[in-house]
Amino acid sequence: MAVLNEEQSMLRDAAKSWTQEKSPVTAFRKMRDSGVEVGFDAAAWTEMAEMGWAGVIIPEEFGGSDFGYLSMGLILEELGRTLTASPLLASGLGAASALVLGGTSAQKSEWLPKIAEGTAIGALAVDEGAHHAPEKVALAATKSGAGYSLSGTKTFVLEGLAANVLIVSARTSGKPGDKDGITLFVVPADAKGISRKRLALADSRGGANITFDKVEVGADAVLGEADKGYPVLEKVLDRARAGISAEMLGAAVQAFETTLDYLKVRVQFGQVIGSFQALQHRAAKMFTDLELARSAVEAALTAIDNDSPDVPELVSLAKAKMGDVFHVVSNEMVQMHGGIGMTDAHDAGFYLKRARACEAAYGSQSYHRDRYARIQGY
Amino acid sequence: MADFGGSDLEALRSEARAWIEANFPAELKGRPNPMMREERSTPSAAQEAWRKAMGDKGWGVPTWPAQYGGGGLSASEGRVIQQELGRAGAYNPIGGMGVMMFGPTLLEYGTEAQKQEHIPKIVKGEVQWCQGFSEPGAGSDLAALSTKCEDKGDHFQINGQKIWTSGAQFADWCFCLVRTDTSKKHEGISFVLFTMHQPGVEVRPIPLIAGNSPFCETFFTDARAEKKDLVGPLNGGWTIAKRLLQHERGGLSGGGGGFGGGRGLVELAKHYVGVDDQGRIADPDLRTRITALEIEGRSFQQTAVRAMLESKGNSGPSAATSIMKNAGTQWMQARHEITLEIMGHQGLGWEGEDFTAEELGAVRGWLGGKAFTIYGGSQEVQSNIISKRILGLPDLTQHT
Ligand SMILES: Cc1cc2nc3c(=O)[nH]c(=O)nc-3n(C[C@H](O)[C@H](O)[C@H](O)COP(=O)(O)OP(=O)(O)OC[C@H]3O[C@@H](n4cnc5c(N)ncnc54)[C@H](O)[C@@H]3O)c2cc1C
Ligand SMILES: Cc1cc2nc3c(=O)[nH]c(=O)nc-3n(C[C@H](O)[C@H](O)[C@H](O)COP(=O)(O)OP(=O)(O)OC[C@H]3O[C@@H](n4cnc5c(N)ncnc54)[C@H](O)[C@@H]3O)c2cc1C
Repeated sequence: MAVLNEEQSMLRDAAKSWTQEKSPVTAFRKMRDSGVEVGFDAAAWTEMAEMGWAGVIIPEEFGGSDFGYLSMGLILEELGRTLTASPLLASGLGAASALVLGGTSAQKSEWLPKIAEGTAIGALAVDEGAHHAPEKVALAATKSGAGYSLSGTKTFVLEGLAANVLIVSARTSGKPGDKDGITLFVVPADAKGISRKRLALADSRGGANITFDKVEVGADAVLGEADKGYPVLEKVLDRARAGISAEMLGAAVQAFETTLDYLKVRVQFGQVIGSFQALQHRAAKMFTDLELARSAVEAALTAIDNDSPDVPELVSLAKAKMGDVFHVVSNEMVQMHGGIGMTDAHDAGFYLKRARACEAAYGSQSYHRDRYARIQGY
Repeated sequence: MADFGGSDLEALRSEARAWIEANFPAELKGRPNPMMREERSTPSAAQEAWRKAMGDKGWGVPTWPAQYGGGGLSASEGRVIQQELGRAGAYNPIGGMGVMMFGPTLLEYGTEAQKQEHIPKIVKGEVQWCQGFSEPGAGSDLAALSTKCEDKGDHFQINGQKIWTSGAQFADWCFCLVRTDTSKKHEGISFVLFTMHQPGVEVRPIPLIAGNSPFCETFFTDARAEKKDLVGPLNGGWTIAKRLLQHERGGLSGGGGGFGGGRGLVELAKHYVGVDDQGRIADPDLRTRITALEIEGRSFQQTAVRAMLESKGNSGPSAATSIMKNAGTQWMQARHEITLEIMGHQGLGWEGEDFTAEELGAVRGWLGGKAFTIYGGSQEVQSNIISKRILGLPDLTQHT
């Protein structure tokens, strides 16, 4: 584990005790069973916001604590352990990063304080197809009077249904696939012409497809520079990727520990199944890989805090490694539990579903391996 | 019936084609097999007619002996029937555990009277069977089972609990492993049959991670089995159980068939991921892994063919059969995984019109498929069997 300062240790401990006491996996199950549309428990989110978690990467002048990304990662890791579903990743990390990195001071003062106190939820509306491809933007922003008119569709927007404000990537010139010609906009989610459709996803989280039909925004809705939004978008996405990797780390570690506990109690052939080397060696391998993945995730978060130039490659490294490890661990969780792991009453299925959803979010392993190689120039 | 030669196979083919044409209700063409669905609904008149026709003809189990109503055909003739059903877009309405594992076992170990009583009803699809083997404390270590069976003079009385009993909520009969001697492990197990439609049997469906409930907890409280429904000798059930598990395993490996279902991976990938300017799958990393999986699948199919030819040529079963379950099930799981990956976010849907039936099916299939390496002898149990029985590696553990 990374060497933590005092603030970080306190934050991590607070997150650990809150999730264990207030938001265990049974709370996620309850949320799933209740069929709540937004895909998270609003009361739990209020508590999280009251503890200041939504403002961890937001500067103090806008109501945050500016503790940084490693700190945010520590919280997300604990939330991941118990599969707590909340807008923290999409709002407190994703949308907040966009505003902090590229927002005008008016945009910042309008949204950051509300995001920090959890009274507004932000979301990143980036992808338009089945696969993460931030440069494949077709959603058109055409000049309209002094501002723009937005038309097109965004898919799989995490917390898209609950969001009050959307960070939207739109095309102002060029064609889908071009990195030039992308502009970011800050758009209130209740703007005229926006319609949102909840997606019923396997992991029970709050995703939505969002359609923009001639949504009128002013020139002051542009985040950063017109046509030059892509570099900012990449920076924002790298923060979201590192954050989701931290969540995946927590979930994978918990999936592993739950499995390990089972290996120590389940008896077959007169002995605990953990005495079979066929399982022992796989457990040892998973433990090894989780340690490697932790290093990768913490290095990416630390690099972001240091604003180091190798953030993109470290983030792709972390997301690819973490995805592979969570993939294996979630499969092994089911396999090593045998029949009980196949039942809905057991938690294994939740971890399995969460794993695949996280793997696909903000770029799969294959996406990030390719990106890593490109950054390295081969 | 004598084995048809090449030209006789063609004669059978024309016969089968004409018969299917005359008997298969057109409205069922290309429709899924209602047997494959977990939630049984009342069959339509056409479905009933088709089951009855196939049942009377015996072609649902083409290679079973004609004296019990089976098709009485050879293996190669049986394949002709299968091919012609496929060609006509017709499903086989005769299936389930009776066909897959219990029937073949009873044909081998049952008395003449037991075969006469039970086999024809399986052939006609009139009776559905479930497998009462696993218990909470006896999964991989099946021989640790403790469901108690007592001799009550004119009948047996059964008390205990089974778990993961597939289709118990729809089953008419159960083939069950019970403990008839507590002083020995393997030699204290008997194989009995009894009806599920009796007060002493209670089933509770268990929901699965894929959202369906195909299996149950099954409780026996003074349940009754008739003396005539003991298969094999008292305390001699383990041998029969192991034979039955071999049939189960054979059925679960995919046996070289059953890989059709849905579009090919390459076609899917081209659709969801796109192609480069030379027509190759646009994501090279994915393309490599799809290729590796295709190679794995082809070599598995080649092995299935080789095992079949060898078992026909030689006297005993081919050594290749021992690897089929692990190779086949792991391949299928890998295929499910890569299908989801190809579909990306679209491969994460649970329900609703934002996803195609193919996409939703992929997700449920992926989740349900996780059971392939658990049931029918887990992948670890299979590897232990290969190590011990085929490779002759020593077993270092102390027996309990
Ligand atoms: C969908 C489904 C349908 C089923 N249908 C039926 C049915 O109809 N009738 C029926 O009787 N049963 C059925 N089963 C039960 C199935 O046969 C058992 O789940 C299986 O035998 C494993 O037992 P278990 O679940 O108790 O797991 P356990 O035996 O507890 O195994 C847990 C883990 O330990 C591993 N393990 C155990 N022993 C060893 C060893 N010696 N070396 C290495 N690893 C080991 C296992 O491989 C597994 O990974 C079904 C199961 C499923 C999932
Ligand atoms: C669902 C199912 C399907 C099956 N299918 C078949 C089949 O098709 N063909 C067949 O021949 N058998 C099959 N079996 C039986 C299977 O071989 C035995 O249940 C299993 O191997 C244990 O064998 P046994 O009970 O006969 O015990 P034995 O063979 O007498 O001994 C098994 C011993 O092996 C030890 N052991 C096994 N693996 C390990 C390990 N990795 N490390 C340490 N100790 C280990 C156990 O401690 C146990 O004491 C199946 C079993 C199940 C549950």
